[in-house]
Amino acid sequence: MTMPDIHTPAATAPSRDSSTETPLLELRDVSRRFGSRPDLAARISIALGAAKPPPVVHALDGVDLTIRRGEVLGLVGESGCGKSTLGRIAAGILPPSEGQVLWKGEDRKTLRGKRRLQADLEAQMIFQNPMAALNPRMTIETLVSEAPQIHGMINGDRAAYVDDYLVKAGFDPAMKRRLPHQFSGGQRARVNIARALAVQPEFLVCDESVAALDVSIQAQILNLFMDLREDLDLTYLFVSHDLGVVEHISDRVAIMYLGRVVEEAPVAEVFARPNHPYTQQLLAEVPRIRPGKRHFNAMKGELPSPLDPPKGCHFHPRCPFVHERCRVEAPVRREIAPGHSSACHLNDVSAAA
Amino acid sequence: MTPLLDVRDLVTTFPGRGRALRAVDEVSFQLGRGEVLGLVGESGSGKSVTGFSIMGLVDAPGRVASGQILFDGEDLAQLDAETRRSLRGRRIAMVFQDPMMTLNPVLRIGTQMTETLHAHEKLSAAEARARARDALGLVGIPSPQERLDAYPHEFSGGMRQRVAIAIALLHRPDLIIADEPTTALDVTIQAQIISEFQKLTEEQGTSVIWITHDLAIVSGLADRIAVMYGGRIVEAGTITEVLTAPRHPYTRGLIRSVPSENTRGTRLAQIPGVTPGLGRMPEGCAFRTRCPRATEVCSERPGRFGDAMAYHRCFHPHEEALA
Repeated sequence: MTMPDIHTPAATAPSRDSSTETPLLELRDVSRRFGSRPDLAARISIALGAAKPPPVVHALDGVDLTIRRGEVLGLVGESGCGKSTLGRIAAGILPPSEGQVLWKGEDRKTLRGKRRLQADLEAQMIFQNPMAALNPRMTIETLVSEAPQIHGMINGDRAAYVDDYLVKAGFDPAMKRRLPHQFSGGQRARVNIARALAVQPEFLVCDESVAALDVSIQAQILNLFMDLREDLDLTYLFVSHDLGVVEHISDRVAIMYLGRVVEEAPVAEVFARPNHPYTQQLLAEVPRIRPGKRHFNAMKGELPSPLDPPKGCHFHPRCPFVHERCRVEAPVRREIAPGHSSACHLNDVSAAA
Repeated sequence: MTPLLDVRDLVTTFPGRGRALRAVDEVSFQLGRGEVLGLVGESGSGKSVTGFSIMGLVDAPGRVASGQILFDGEDLAQLDAETRRSLRGRRIAMVFQDPMMTLNPVLRIGTQMTETLHAHEKLSAAEARARARDALGLVGIPSPQERLDAYPHEFSGGMRQRVAIAIALLHRPDLIIADEPTTALDVTIQAQIISEFQKLTEEQGTSVIWITHDLAIVSGLADRIAVMYGGRIVEAGTITEVLTAPRHPYTRGLIRSVPSENTRGTRLAQIPGVTPGLGRMPEGCAFRTRCPRATEVCSERPGRFGDAMAYHRCFHPHEEALA
């Protein structure tokens, strides 16, 4: 497969010749399954047909994804579609069951020692619930300084180092001796951001980082993310179920459905010309502020269980255009326009016609 | 015609350090039959406590301190506990944010539904079961007969919320107070629930107070909107009036902080600062410390400018439409 050409006017990423540069992060055919590993006795009884194999959650199923330096990739999907698992694998805190994760062109699995540590520090994650992510018994100062201190990143004044990052995250350093519970949700979100920034990462995975915040605070944090991107030259993977937020912040958008990326395109392209039937229905439901009563029409059904995903195209039980082929054969994601790829059998039909 | 619900200067207080804190502060609004009111605000604005006050569910030491809640001409605030209980679930029902908290985890769905029916009506067990089954079918639960015997944990989040809505609609109430009923759900499930809810309440002519922080949902669902800040309704009016030409700087700031297709790649307009805690609300206009238009006069408490149906509480209201 060739690299998609992104020289479309819609690609608003900082002007670099991204098509030749090694991507910051590349996932190749990454799968992730969760389940218990049966012991010997269990394996024998399964082989003899005396027991059922243990349930396995297919969280990710053959995902290919490329994140270029300096861009913001939005990752959208319903709960349970595997977007958080993908975020964790991208951040390097969860290994894939199968497939390769290339960090700056090198397979993460083969990295050892200092280079491994370097790669781990360069990718950081900002979690959804800031209260759960912060140790309630550590002061803000300790929380932010712990990691850089262990990794020997502070040369000189520790307090000045912490203050610097707190200020970057818009947090008043005068309050750094307090504990997390003394702050509001928005302030805690800022501490989380400061902590992630303190180890000088290049790449941030934001997993629903603004979902728990009030609208006005959410706007402040989104603005902060955009400022930091410019100031520190950061790359983001922005995982969210909120289409409005993703539309606002992303350069490119990847849509996930039950463990697979079904569509990927520059943000303007995907909102203007959604190709996959799932994307079309999902985007039809973006709540927008438009005065005037309307009737809400909904996509039928719910996300099937990842314990037993449907055969063929995962979306076929809910798809209005389902035909025989969808039930047996999983569609491959193909480029349908420059920089725009989609995994749907209908594209073959229209191409042949 | 008198409105179904007429709330006048409602004040609900909770004891604070040495003084009563007003979680709901002189809230007034009217709701006609079959009308949908969106009650919008951020956390701590008092929107849920307003809902609880109307339901009579404010737990001690909190209490409705003053004001009237005229429901069908009768002041709920003056009724005894027993009369209020007989109204709850029958004429006024509530749907909560977290359906797992609404439903009893150790009782079958059918039991919880028939219990609600028996509480207000004399009917046989078989009749109650048939009613419960029909109600489940109405909210789009497949094979309702079998699902009556299921426990709440056997349902997905969206299905649980459907059950909660089915229970709320069992007695065909005149008024439903929906407190962030779709906040915990995915966009697709949210759209499903709203569409079912909308269909049913329209058919039954139910009035709805939809409490939410989500302006986008309210804009397509409600007839009228009331925006709350610091326990007060700072602006109220029809959806079109308030969303196209918001008068209060807070309403304007809130609308402009919502990310959308128009804000792509730009900075969002943000409201500076955070909502102060109830104990630290500034005197006068509660929003003045975050407001770009505030002047000296704002340290006095702004009254209601306008009439009962459309008003704002601002000394320096915006006149122009939102760009």
